Amino acid sequence: MKKVLTTPVSDEDLKDIHAGDVIYLNGHIVTCRDVAHRRLIEYGRELPVDVKGGAIFHAGPIVRKVADDKYEMVSVGPTTSMRMEKFEKDFIEQTGVKVIVGKGGMGQDTVDGCVEHKAIHCVFPAGNAVLAATEVEEIERAEWMDLGMPETLWLCRIKEFGPLVVSIDTHGENLFEKNKVLFNKRKDEQYEEIIKKVKFIK
Amino acid sequence: MDKNDQIQNMTETVAKFIKYFGKILPDDVQAKLKELSDAETSPMAKLTYETMFKNQELAKELDRPCCQDTGVIQFFARVGTKFPLIDELSKIFEEGVLLATEMAPLRHNSVQTFDEYNTGTNVGYRTPSIDFEIVPNSDELDVDIYMAGGGCTLPGKAMVLMPGAGYEAVTKFVLDQMTSYGLNACPPLLVGVGVATSVETAAMLSKKALMRKIGSRNPNEKAAMMELELERGINAIGLGPQGFSGENSVMGVHIENAARHPSTIGVAVNTGCWSHRRGNIVFHSDLSYTITSHKEAEL
Repeated sequence: MKKVLTTPVSDEDLKDIHAGDVIYLNGHIVTCRDVAHRRLIEYGRELPVDVKGGAIFHAGPIVRKVADDKYEMVSVGPTTSMRMEKFEKDFIEQTGVKVIVGKGGMGQDTVDGCVEHKAIHCVFPAGNAVLAATEVEEIERAEWMDLGMPETLWLCRIKEFGPLVVSIDTHGENLFEKNKVLFNKRKDEQYEEIIKKVKFIK
Repeated sequence: MDKNDQIQNMTETVAKFIKYFGKILPDDVQAKLKELSDAETSPMAKLTYETMFKNQELAKELDRPCCQDTGVIQFFARVGTKFPLIDELSKIFEEGVLLATEMAPLRHNSVQTFDEYNTGTNVGYRTPSIDFEIVPNSDELDVDIYMAGGGCTLPGKAMVLMPGAGYEAVTKFVLDQMTSYGLNACPPLLVGVGVATSVETAAMLSKKALMRKIGSRNPNEKAAMMELELERGINAIGLGPQGFSGENSVMGVHIENAARHPSTIGVAVNTGCWSHRRGNIVFHSDLSYTITSHKEAEL
């Protein structure tokens, strides 16, 4: 059974979701990355889209203009979430965002924000930009267009947007950090194995 | 056909080919992804591969670039000294990129450094990047064309080691990049390693290693053995698709090497993501062409 969340998302909706789960999203998501985070947190400008209970997407899409003020999503994939780590905890606190979608893991500050304000971080498998675009039903609004195509806030109505792999949950679990410990341990073991065989300089 | 028509034709072929391989992965990559997918056992790894295959179907069906990051286009050309359009080649590659940017469409990925603005055309100062190797007494052009997104460009690293550190340090250098940056570079990765004298000689070889067909081996027996050892070792780390963990980590490890200065070992690593968009096309002296990377390609 597909686990599908619908925006606006409540604390209750996120209670039983754990790092490593796969979910899908209905409702709305707004693309929001580097400069938008900076404007809100560093310059104190109000985000022109209300994301309370909503979802943001760390992404820079290819968008096609189809009519005056009407745009179509051609291709949209996640960008590296870690770039927003510096801002995300404050962002969660100030906006009340519930679902953050991006690529790769995020750090301890974001984990703290997710626990304190009940939010989750998810990963949309990267490189699947056409699939993601087809799960966008309509771009309803565009804000801060002065930032250019990749950085504009594109407010998208979405249908079963996903798969989204939960990387940080409201209980403080962090999938990527957990994996990293395991990966590094295995790496050290492999290093010891390989160096026995590559002593070419004698 | 007069010369201008020939140039026009070849430019259009280059553009169409860029558009094509920006949407459809080469045969060797497709086969390897299938093989890696079949080896996975966890539901999350399986779902990730299913998502990837579904995306590739949609890209073909909807005629769109399969990933939104279409890179800065790179050309690695082996050009015969008797190839008829040798004087026009740089211009043809550049115009081909301009045309492909509109046709595909490609994302605008060329930012002029220092002046810091996006040219909006994918052509900028010294981009697309073009590398020529001269082939004496040949009348053909054999060119690899590649688009790497920012994600898999990020793990790139080069340094010069002391010979006392040996190939053991080369091993550590490569492995460390896998668990720090490789993880976020969209595995399963293709890993290119260059071993030479200095940073630039090693770095260029590490990128050219990514142009080799998956599964091909370095002609030096020891280097080939090290390729296999690194492949086995990195796979055992189990990054899995997208770094979610799984049975494997890489599509392959390719090492390219050159002789070194006695006092140094230059080493570099470059990675290609699962969406390894490269194409190989050979233009013959009559300007007909053969695509070797995609058997079913029709431009």
